[in-house]
Amino acid sequence: MRLDTDSGDDVAQLEAGLDALQAEQPGRSAVRPAIGKALLPVLALAAIVYVWQMYIWIVQPRPDILPGPADVAAALGSLWGDGAAQETILTSLERGVLGFLIAAVIATPAGLLLSQHKGLRAAFGPLISGLQVLPSVAWVPAAIIWFGLTDATVYFVVLMGAVPSIINGLISGVDQVPPQFLRVGHVLGANRWQQATRIILPAALPGYIGGLKQGWAFSWRSLMAAEIITVGGSMGFGLGSLLQQGRDLSDMAIVVSAILLILAIGIVIELLVFAPVERRLLRGRGLLKAGAA
Amino acid sequence: MTSQNTVLQRAAAQLEISGLSKRFGPDAPLVLDNVNLRVEQGEFVALLGASGCGKSTLLNLVAGLEEPTAGELKAPEAAFMFQDASLFPWLTAQANVELALELRGVGRQERAEQARELLELVHLGGAGRKRPHELSGGMRQRVALARSLAQSRDLLLMDEPFAALDAITRDLLHDELERIWRRTGRTIIFITHNVREAVRLGQRVLLMSSRPGRIVAEWRVGDGLDARDRAELSGEITTELRREIRRHAT
Ligand SMILES: Nc1ncnc2c1ncn2[C@@H]1O[C@H](COP(=O)(O)OP(=O)(O)O)[C@@H](O)[C@H]1O
Ligand SMILES: [Mg+2]
Repeated sequence: MRLDTDSGDDVAQLEAGLDALQAEQPGRSAVRPAIGKALLPVLALAAIVYVWQMYIWIVQPRPDILPGPADVAAALGSLWGDGAAQETILTSLERGVLGFLIAAVIATPAGLLLSQHKGLRAAFGPLISGLQVLPSVAWVPAAIIWFGLTDATVYFVVLMGAVPSIINGLISGVDQVPPQFLRVGHVLGANRWQQATRIILPAALPGYIGGLKQGWAFSWRSLMAAEIITVGGSMGFGLGSLLQQGRDLSDMAIVVSAILLILAIGIVIELLVFAPVERRLLRGRGLLKAGAA
Repeated sequence: MTSQNTVLQRAAAQLEISGLSKRFGPDAPLVLDNVNLRVEQGEFVALLGASGCGKSTLLNLVAGLEEPTAGELKAPEAAFMFQDASLFPWLTAQANVELALELRGVGRQERAEQARELLELVHLGGAGRKRPHELSGGMRQRVALARSLAQSRDLLLMDEPFAALDAITRDLLHDELERIWRRTGRTIIFITHNVREAVRLGQRVLLMSSRPGRIVAEWRVGDGLDARDRAELSGEITTELRREIRRHAT
């Protein structure tokens, strides 16, 4: 039998059948794993609080050295009640987010330029990697001398923390673009600009998002360091300042509360902002099975 | 040439290669040595050879993805289809085809329309909104075929495009490709290491030697061949291919 005498309709039907057989089945409901995912961290948290409480009961440390969960909850409650918690959170978040956005605006074109230009990259690459390792707290004294006790000091430190990691994330994202994509772009007739905007950038997006995520982490850490060290002047009162105030007052419940708030904000931003973006991106590219993290 | 080829004789040459050689680096061995090839407009040429003999290198030279070391090459800009579909995973099937149209300079409105038509042509009219990872291997290759047709170039280069597919799907895509070739009148150079595939598709089958790669034999596959004739021809070509491979045994 000669297949090529089949009519076009036959081929179309055959293909439709094969397509139906071979195409990926739609993923099953992801509800159960999602519940499990939310439940496990809550259980872990409960276990930690339990151990903490047991320690308080058994060892009975001085409350001004280590307060119990109830003391901290009370401190948190009164911070929330008089609005101090909300105010410090808002102040810090505003600076952190603004600083992060400025960092992204600076780092994105810089990273693109460095990833495309060999000479520039050879010149500045090591410096930027070095800056990424340098704890940005190290910039605080210099920033205070330059900008005094103003918000500019805080933003400067945040930028020095976030910009290098965003640049590096973008560069490594570009490096990981499969060469085959570039060949396809070439064959499809893309010029340099089209190659960069239509192929390299979207292909590098996962690495870039990874860099942004790390950039945010660096922003947040740098911000807290800057807020702890530099209090007063014209500076707003943020979570780091609250932490420092707790220490000045030797109020351990406030110190622990501030630490918990700083931690919680970090987790919330990760869960509400970066995790969904990352998940959507990876799932759209088939790099994530439905129901997986 | 026999009289059945008068149509081909009248047609203009689509591709002319003479004395083409390629080595990767000054001290590297010759991958291609003095390759001569002329392909007529509308012809379907199957290029056959063992793995590593330089088939892809030859095609990459034709596509301008590599520079020749020596020799002359006159080729129009060509569309290219790779062994893996190489679709962009961040774009839907429709958008993958549209991107090829966009890079060719087709206006926004016509793009959507043309891409839909091309997907219909490869019987994927309903899959335009799917991402590559949601498609089977055969469907991905058909999207890639639609994309290479979107380039609207007379010459279509295909580098083992069906090698990674299962036999059932591959048979089907042979029919599909032949139908599209007849309908669109493209010139196709199709690389394969599969003798039966070469005989199934090619009007002309070229055999390449290994280390260095040269074109060492050529067969014409008449239109009127039945299954037995084709099996016989496949046997003959296989014998020749094996002799070529055995040469390297010592
Ligand atoms: N970019 C490259 N650099 C160095 N050697 C290469 C490169 N591309 C191919 N080769 C070599 O050229 C030879 C032919 O490769 P290729 O054209 O891919 O063979 P085929 O497609 O017939 O399997 C192989 O020995 C391979 O190692
Ligand atoms: Mg190859």
